[in-house]
Amino acid sequence: MKIYEMTLAGLIEARDSKRIKPGEILAAFQTRTEEVEERVRSFLDRPRDLAAEYEDSKNGKFAGIPVALKANMATSKLTTSCGSSILEDYRTPYQSTVADKITGSGGVIAGKTNMDEFAMGSTTEHSAYQVTRNPWNLDHVPGGSSGGSAAAVAAGEVPCALGSDTGGSIRQPAAFCGVVGFKPTYGVVSRYGLAAFASSLDQIGPLTRTVEDAAITLNIISGVDPLDSTSARIDHPDYTGKLDQDIAGMSFGLPSSYLEMDIDEEIRNQVLEAAEKLREAGAEVREIELPPADLALAAYYIIATAEASSNLARYDGVQYGTRQSGDNVRDMFVNTRSFSFGPEVKRRIMLGTFALSSGYQDELYKKALKVRTVIKEKYEKVFSEIDIILGPNSPAPAFKIGEDMDPLDVYYTDIFTVPVNISGFPALSLPAGFSEQGLPLSVQLIGPAFGEVELLQAASGLEKRLDVPTLAALEKGR
Amino acid sequence: MSKKYETVIGLEVHVQLQTESKLFCGCSAAYGAEPNSNTCPICLGLPGTLPMLNKRALRFALQASRAADCQINQFSKFDRKNYFYPDLPKGYQISQYDLPLGYDGRITIETEEGETKEIGLTRIHLEEDAGKLIHAGSVGDSAHSYVDYNRGGVPLIEIVSEPDIRSPEEARAYLNALKQIILYLGISDCNMEEGSLRCDANVSLRTRGDREFGIKAEVKNMNSFRAVERALAYEVKRQEKLLDAGRKVVQETRTWDESRQETVSMRGKEEAEDYRYFPEPDLMPLEISDEFIEEIDDSLPELPLEKKHRFQEQYDLPAYDAGVLTQSRELAKLFEESAGKYDDAKEVSNWLMGEYLRLLKENEVEPGQDELNGEKLAELLELIEDGTISSKIAKEVFEETFVSGKAPGEVVEERGLKQISDEDELAEIVAGIVADNPEVVEDIKGGKDKAIGFLVGQVMQETRGKANPQLANQLIREEIEKH
Repeated sequence: MKIYEMTLAGLIEARDSKRIKPGEILAAFQTRTEEVEERVRSFLDRPRDLAAEYEDSKNGKFAGIPVALKANMATSKLTTSCGSSILEDYRTPYQSTVADKITGSGGVIAGKTNMDEFAMGSTTEHSAYQVTRNPWNLDHVPGGSSGGSAAAVAAGEVPCALGSDTGGSIRQPAAFCGVVGFKPTYGVVSRYGLAAFASSLDQIGPLTRTVEDAAITLNIISGVDPLDSTSARIDHPDYTGKLDQDIAGMSFGLPSSYLEMDIDEEIRNQVLEAAEKLREAGAEVREIELPPADLALAAYYIIATAEASSNLARYDGVQYGTRQSGDNVRDMFVNTRSFSFGPEVKRRIMLGTFALSSGYQDELYKKALKVRTVIKEKYEKVFSEIDIILGPNSPAPAFKIGEDMDPLDVYYTDIFTVPVNISGFPALSLPAGFSEQGLPLSVQLIGPAFGEVELLQAASGLEKRLDVPTLAALEKGR
Repeated sequence: MSKKYETVIGLEVHVQLQTESKLFCGCSAAYGAEPNSNTCPICLGLPGTLPMLNKRALRFALQASRAADCQINQFSKFDRKNYFYPDLPKGYQISQYDLPLGYDGRITIETEEGETKEIGLTRIHLEEDAGKLIHAGSVGDSAHSYVDYNRGGVPLIEIVSEPDIRSPEEARAYLNALKQIILYLGISDCNMEEGSLRCDANVSLRTRGDREFGIKAEVKNMNSFRAVERALAYEVKRQEKLLDAGRKVVQETRTWDESRQETVSMRGKEEAEDYRYFPEPDLMPLEISDEFIEEIDDSLPELPLEKKHRFQEQYDLPAYDAGVLTQSRELAKLFEESAGKYDDAKEVSNWLMGEYLRLLKENEVEPGQDELNGEKLAELLELIEDGTISSKIAKEVFEETFVSGKAPGEVVEERGLKQISDEDELAEIVAGIVADNPEVVEDIKGGKDKAIGFLVGQVMQETRGKANPQLANQLIREEIEKH
């Protein structure tokens, strides 16, 4: 097995038993990246020489492990453009907590990955810079908004990447690229240094090739952060703690109404097949009723855009970023923001501004907050009866690049991923097979708040029985 | 005061809290540093940074709320106030909207007629200050502006009064009372010139007897309490004229032009902004326990008005004296220390209100920045009482003690200021003076008894004030008898 084909756990084990050196790991991934990056285009910025970035002194769990970070996480070296031309070449004078934790444990930031501008989008085509391609089929999108991170992992450019998930932005690209994508409970990972899209929904999490790798990465990046008031004040467990424990006896809920909605036939079958595998493993699977997904989707698009309209107000050309001049300060604001934001970002700023405006706020924003509370309560009730929810992730496999879609239809594809952002619960996208076209298919597992350990246990149990390849070969000439 | 109209005023006061660091980051909150030197990624609002609440600022805000008799919202939160302005790094200000820390409070003022009146407080909330723009030239035509973010993120409390104020004089009394309370709490220096206390006013008139409020104008940019009083007086007259002429007051924001001593229209209501307030998702809601409120209450010092009333009772002081002495916490402390060591509290009060305040003004210092203390003042008053020095000499001694901190007895000793009470020594001097002023002596003999004061003055001059004046008076009379 080549080094770049190894999983994160495999690399750590081989390094600890002195079979490979950190420098060799870094060199191997550098070579792989140089081989495939021209076709995949995952990265917006990366160091020239990965091995040179490694510091011997930092001899932690991640020593010599290259980790790709989405371009909305501040790093002391590379650019943090958020996929937007308003932050072209922007470098932060500080580092995000997750970047600190990665480098602090010996990891090397392998680059900043492409994304939909300010994490708004489902294809990564809304990046101001480049189109990233799906490593399994280069004519298809990698999903979004963490498309660059998902593609980098599936292409073997890194064994592990970080993404951010506001409404499915880790899980959907993970599904499209056939890798594991994990959104932890809101507050498990610090948001300090993550350029905000929607502060009450954003959560950083890992994209990896196995469930175990996701757990290992979560052990590194999670933790209470004094710099983030919303980081959960909890005792963090060892997230790999129950990976090897049997799932026999666990109870799974299957939201049958979700499967009756407008979703791809292959995906529906994949979910049912996964349910069958769970039963074979001795787990109980029963039908459950979840709150209507369309309500969650509506509430999500109001809350997320409302917060975004405020969070993105700081990009006004005054202190940093691209500035367009104007005759007076108001014109400068208008010109800068009109010129440098892309259409999807503008659309969401407009939607959010509207939702918060006086006269509409009660009907939109405040009502959405109420819906959010109800949804959260209903999910909590479901989790008093079962351990884990099994369901679909994206309602369809990866779209073709350049497909002309109505924005509302694109928003609809978030329908199964947003409820957990609304509730704050942890959820994981698990590769489940391939479509007839050869595109990855996935299922989603959802756990109760701070139920990461059991969720990972369940995912690991199912993973073993599904046994799906997670590395795209990307042979030359194809 | 107009007989026809009643003035209705409500004030919004912003007070910068004197914390070491800013409201949501560790930067220094000090005034006057090199532009943009007290900044960090958090207060500059750089992408991805998050606010962390300064607990001390919360404490100060709660102290202010409780000192002003406010109820506390035990479940409170921060909200974002959204607007674009170059001095606002995040494009929103972290403030409080529907759940302010304090609500339904009151400040007691004393009107000119000497009556007390309560001014209701709608709310007290905690928020961050914005940065400051420095324009190259005037605001209207400057080619560019500089932004100093040092002030950005400094903690502020906003204190909003009910429309309970009925005259510009009451407005000033309210501001004085508010400032005094805040100074007592030690949570701000209330320096209007440095912007640590700012005041906006809402003013309207209504026909006496009406229950409905009239249309109000908001007045901004008043840089002293005196300016507030003048701007309000101007505004009342302006509105009176409009109403008398059968015209309407326009709801608008007006700015006080100090040089022209008038208010000028800034912008009308139609341009009013929609701030799109919503809960700040980067901060957890505040939960304020009963225990915390109790602890805050226990930490409050005796407040100015309570202290004044106690001084009146305990020391039998006139209301005026008690008012002056409780102007500042330090002055009140000095009074109590002195009165604890010297029986005649009124005498202590006289010295503090007279000589002491005069010297403070002359030396441009605040109580506590001089060298006097209660023990020294008591010692000085003892020296007067036992006849060691005259009241006149005592002023000289007082000044020396005020400046150098030397004990009064020591000053008297060093400078040889002891009163001449030795009859023989003084009789000799008196004899000389009487001999030198025969015309005056004639006058006195002729019944102009007041002229004796002149001779006493001569004796005092001769002895450089050391003569015991009563004794000198007596000796002069005896000497004149002899002639």
